[in-house]
Amino acid sequence: MACRLARNLHLPPGWMGMRSESFQDLTRDTHTGQRPLRVAIIEENGIRAAILVDGLREAGINDVEVIDTMTNMLRRLSTVDPDVIIIGIENPSRDVLEQMFQVSKLVSRPVAMFVDRSDGSMIQAAVEAGVSAYVVDGLRKERVKPIVDMAVSRFNAFDRLQRELLEARSELASRKVIERAKGILMRTRQLSEQEAYGLLRQTAMNEKRKLVDIAQSVVTAASLLEK
Amino acid sequence: MRQAGSVNETPSGTKGRRVPERLVRVGFIPLVDMAVLVAAAEQGFARREGLRLQLVKDVSWSNIRDRLAFRQFDVAHMLSPMPIASQLHLGSNPYPCFTPFALGRGGNAITLSVDLYREMQGVAGLDGSEDALTNGLALKQVVERRRQTGRKPLVFAMTYPFSSHNYEFRFWLAAAGINPDADVTMTVVPPPLTVDAMTARAIDGFCVNAPWNMIAVEKGVGRMVATKADIWPSAPEKVLGVSPEWAEENPETLSRLVVALDAAARWCDERRNHGDLADMMARPDHVGAPSEMIRRLLSGQLTIDPDGRTRQVQSYMTFHDRNANFPWLSQALWIYSQMVRWGQVPYDEAGLARVRAAYRPEVYRRILAASSASVPAGDSKVEGVATEPFIDGRRFSPDDIPAYVAGFDIRNGLGSGVAE
Repeated sequence: MACRLARNLHLPPGWMGMRSESFQDLTRDTHTGQRPLRVAIIEENGIRAAILVDGLREAGINDVEVIDTMTNMLRRLSTVDPDVIIIGIENPSRDVLEQMFQVSKLVSRPVAMFVDRSDGSMIQAAVEAGVSAYVVDGLRKERVKPIVDMAVSRFNAFDRLQRELLEARSELASRKVIERAKGILMRTRQLSEQEAYGLLRQTAMNEKRKLVDIAQSVVTAASLLEK
Repeated sequence: MRQAGSVNETPSGTKGRRVPERLVRVGFIPLVDMAVLVAAAEQGFARREGLRLQLVKDVSWSNIRDRLAFRQFDVAHMLSPMPIASQLHLGSNPYPCFTPFALGRGGNAITLSVDLYREMQGVAGLDGSEDALTNGLALKQVVERRRQTGRKPLVFAMTYPFSSHNYEFRFWLAAAGINPDADVTMTVVPPPLTVDAMTARAIDGFCVNAPWNMIAVEKGVGRMVATKADIWPSAPEKVLGVSPEWAEENPETLSRLVVALDAAARWCDERRNHGDLADMMARPDHVGAPSEMIRRLLSGQLTIDPDGRTRQVQSYMTFHDRNANFPWLSQALWIYSQMVRWGQVPYDEAGLARVRAAYRPEVYRRILAASSASVPAGDSKVEGVATEPFIDGRRFSPDDIPAYVAGFDIRNGLGSGVAE
């Protein structure tokens, strides 16, 4: 079977033996909780990956590998031989991993995080944050929980960052539109800058619409009226 | 027992009183074979039963499985082997779920890269009109040639290890004398990435549901060589996967859901509804493919070659006709036989009991017995009879799985001679 797997995944002969050994070591060591955990992150977005690696380092987990492409994912994973795999729930490659776990006849197969579902709130938080994790079977939950917790908080932090960036961008765009609308009003109605702004604001209040929407209407109207 | 009836009947469950709508969360993967769910949600069949279906799009079968397990979904659009795998504790999160209702048959096809198909034409003298088995035999010649000339094995993709696609692709290959575990490399590519993977020459062929095969052909990269109807017309494709806890807590809601889906499935089979159905499916929150293409798929008019060759496939997609919604135990056991055949699970009596827990014809019968539906009297039948044959011509009798599996020359389980 080892040969078949190696052939299917184009792996060098002998890697399987290495892997089984390391799994046995792991099983021995988990009882004392001493063996440092190795974590693989499957993530195409470089920024999110960096944020995760950073968080794990802070938590004292230094043995972290980032796999950033689907090509050669299987080969990379077998070389890394991780105890925990973190992968975004929106990553369709989760089904590719499923095939890998199925084809390989490992001593201890990785399982989805907390298959026993005993920690409902934890799972809820992970799924909402878009985190999924695979854990080598037999690894104690207490050892994995901080890693998943960290991934959840970093995924959330990344989302916040994305959101803020988007907001900042739209804020900037709004400001530009308002500036242009002010300019148009100043020019066509001979208003001061303050008066132009006041007119936009008053109109927005009267019509119960956003200032930026009124400004956009002014800009659109002006462009239609231009010769 | 409430009646399940035609569209025009007064919904019995809500007659004369106002019942608050019950929310059912339904996970799905964007594919044409989810039509029954879309029709139930959009065409009033769910509402008639006092239900509101919240369809939630997802990106992977692993997510579908996990989100059902973590109770983010109540029910889900699932590959027909998934409930069986879950009961057999296969996979990285084997949450045992079951199905009382199949969502239809068909829709799958096998598409090879145009380059590979042209090579087959050259080697075997195909003119393009050949049937699926002849195409397979031509592929066998190409595989042999590649081996003799030291070229690397062809890479074929399906969408999930426990999928109809995996078993159908393997069945077709093996029927043509190709060993999927030794002669080629089988891999997984998620459906939306199949066409890109073929364009990038990362894979030489794939088996996937609609609309991806037709998209590959129309993009000029793929050639369809077989459909599900050619391999085994009766094969259940997607099923309604149900969370057992949810079913236990909401037996009445489950009954109403099955009644709504039964009515929706009849509606989907009506040709005159295909235009509306295609429009609904085309929406980006559902499948997100051109309505016109979906309409052609629904009617089985397939463009199979970039040169423009078309093929009319009878019953390419069936949503209700000939008991397409009935969860036949014999079909579940056939899927189990293929899991055994390919070494995914060893055969044993305990396994049989688990398979029976996955497909639940008695639930279907209890809910729909009083309806106008013709509900089969038995749970099992001999599969592959004359009108709906397997491509290899053999029949499957569910009471002797070991003999059936042992009868395959090419296999990877049950004491096969394949070197491990």
